[in-house]
Amino acid sequence: MLFDFAHFVSMLPDIWKAFGETVLMIGIALTVSIVIGLPLGIILFVTDKGLFWENRFVKGILSFIVNMIRSIPFIILLVVLFPLTNLIVKTTIGPVAASVSLSIAAIPFFARLVENALREIDKGVIEASIAVGAKPWMIIKDVLLPEAKSSVIQAVTLTIISLVAYSAMAGTIGGGGIGDLAIRFGYYRYDNTIMIATVVILIVIVQVIQQVGDLIAKAIDKR
Amino acid sequence: MLHIQNVTKVYQTKKKKVVGVDHVSLTIEKGEVFGIVGYSGAGKSSLLRCINLLERPTSGNILVDGTDLTKLKGENLRRARLKIGMIFQHFYLISQKTVGENIEFALKAAEMPSNRIQARVKELLAMVGLEEKIDVYPAQLSGGQKQRVGIARALANNPSILLCDEATSALDPKTTLSILHLLKKINRELDITIVLITHEMNVVKEICDRMCVMQDGKVIEEGSVYDIFANPQELLTNEFISSVVSFNIPEVVLKEVKGQVVKILFKGKVAGQGIISDTIQQFNVQGNFLHGTIEYIQEQALGIFIMELIGQTEDIHKAIAYIETRGAHVEVLHNAI
Ligand SMILES: Nc1ncnc2c1ncn2[C@@H]1O[C@H](COP(=O)(O)OP(=O)(O)OP(=O)(O)O)[C@@H](O)[C@H]1O
Ligand SMILES: [Mg+2]
Repeated sequence: MLFDFAHFVSMLPDIWKAFGETVLMIGIALTVSIVIGLPLGIILFVTDKGLFWENRFVKGILSFIVNMIRSIPFIILLVVLFPLTNLIVKTTIGPVAASVSLSIAAIPFFARLVENALREIDKGVIEASIAVGAKPWMIIKDVLLPEAKSSVIQAVTLTIISLVAYSAMAGTIGGGGIGDLAIRFGYYRYDNTIMIATVVILIVIVQVIQQVGDLIAKAIDKR
Repeated sequence: MLHIQNVTKVYQTKKKKVVGVDHVSLTIEKGEVFGIVGYSGAGKSSLLRCINLLERPTSGNILVDGTDLTKLKGENLRRARLKIGMIFQHFYLISQKTVGENIEFALKAAEMPSNRIQARVKELLAMVGLEEKIDVYPAQLSGGQKQRVGIARALANNPSILLCDEATSALDPKTTLSILHLLKKINRELDITIVLITHEMNVVKEICDRMCVMQDGKVIEEGSVYDIFANPQELLTNEFISSVVSFNIPEVVLKEVKGQVVKILFKGKVAGQGIISDTIQQFNVQGNFLHGTIEYIQEQALGIFIMELIGQTEDIHKAIAYIETRGAHVEVLHNAI
């Protein structure tokens, strides 16, 4: 039988627990990537040529680090970061441990998206604010962020979706969550019911996040 | 007073150096409306952007009321910019902020106490005639309304100079006129010096006191708008003027003429006094009008007529001499005799 409903029901507590772990991992990683990635993205943008904090050195270094992390396949980053994870959370097992490497992967990803979102702003608007005599900090807070608001929301959406995929990968090496469930039951025990259930759950999560993200991005845009 | 002293702006692109502004010196008096005219790429925007240091001049100085802006940096430059408003062809309002918030932004830049901001925003919107749009987003405004918001934002901190970069180029003729009138009103009532760039002579004719013509980064002609219209020195200037007062006489007409074709220029009061009819009565010549107009520039009349004078060469010369004694300027364009 492809899908055993009774089995599915009996597994619901496990699925629910895995779901909770996934949400926890993604929640932590998303929070960290926004808290660090947003300012990082802004710095990447305003230190660029022709902007008010133009600084080749800072831009160069940050760009290099961001590119470096992004060029490492996540599954490898996961392993490479075990010592760091161990240092921070004293274990390499479980969703909290997984959220360390998820965060490290998501920060540069989100920062680049933010940088690109800021790049879409008409340079004229930034210049008009400089001409008005605005302080750099005001330009960031009252021009850059509001003007890029919609694109930043979309960047958040995209980051969450990537995190869903990454979190499944993290699950395979002891991170827990939906991915872990899928591997343990679906792969090692040929449990089609769990396999199908997890795939459906992942599809639903991604669809819902995308829809909600698009909706919010549209609702807050005043253009 | 605004002194632009020997300003040069060189852009360093990957391949080569581009001279945007080439050794330009201009003095613009307080309260004046000064127009900069030139074709695309002449360096108008570059020069204007050098005035508030959006572009730092490669060499030269910008003196605003005695302060050399090129010597300022960072916070001091920012403070100096509070006193120089700027408006743009594409308005550049913050699209995610309401009209009121856009103006508030400028006031916050000058650190106005928050309890005074709302009153000032309303005052500024009243000045540009947009009080009821305070809570509307820029996307819901027409081009002319957006420019009015731009003007309100530029005037927020009582600047002494207003820079206008093709401020009416994106607007239809009627809206253009209303914006120009608003600028003139601001210039008169607030005694703000206006420097505007445009490629439309109509704009200059409408509101400028003095003007200059730019080509290849250089100022090739400068003077009062009236004088330049009356007596352009450079070919390019002439070209611009002919977009407003055109005197192209069709070839067919020129073939038919039997006498001398002259261009007669009347300045000021002279324009209204029947010089032509006096001339025709007093001398043995016939006159045919081929073209003519009286333009009012800065409320002064400028009459330009092209006519054919028929008769004996001697009589025609006498007639021309007489017209000149009456204060008009005569130029022979074509002689068929
Ligand atoms: N940032 C820049 N980098 C390189 N070259 C530039 C830059 N800005 C302007 N230029 C060059 O300087 C010259 C003058 O340009 P500018 O924009 O001042 O002309 P303009 O008279 O304002 O033209 P338009 O009527 O099209 O606005 C042009 O040759 C232009 O290509
Ligand atoms: Mg220009």
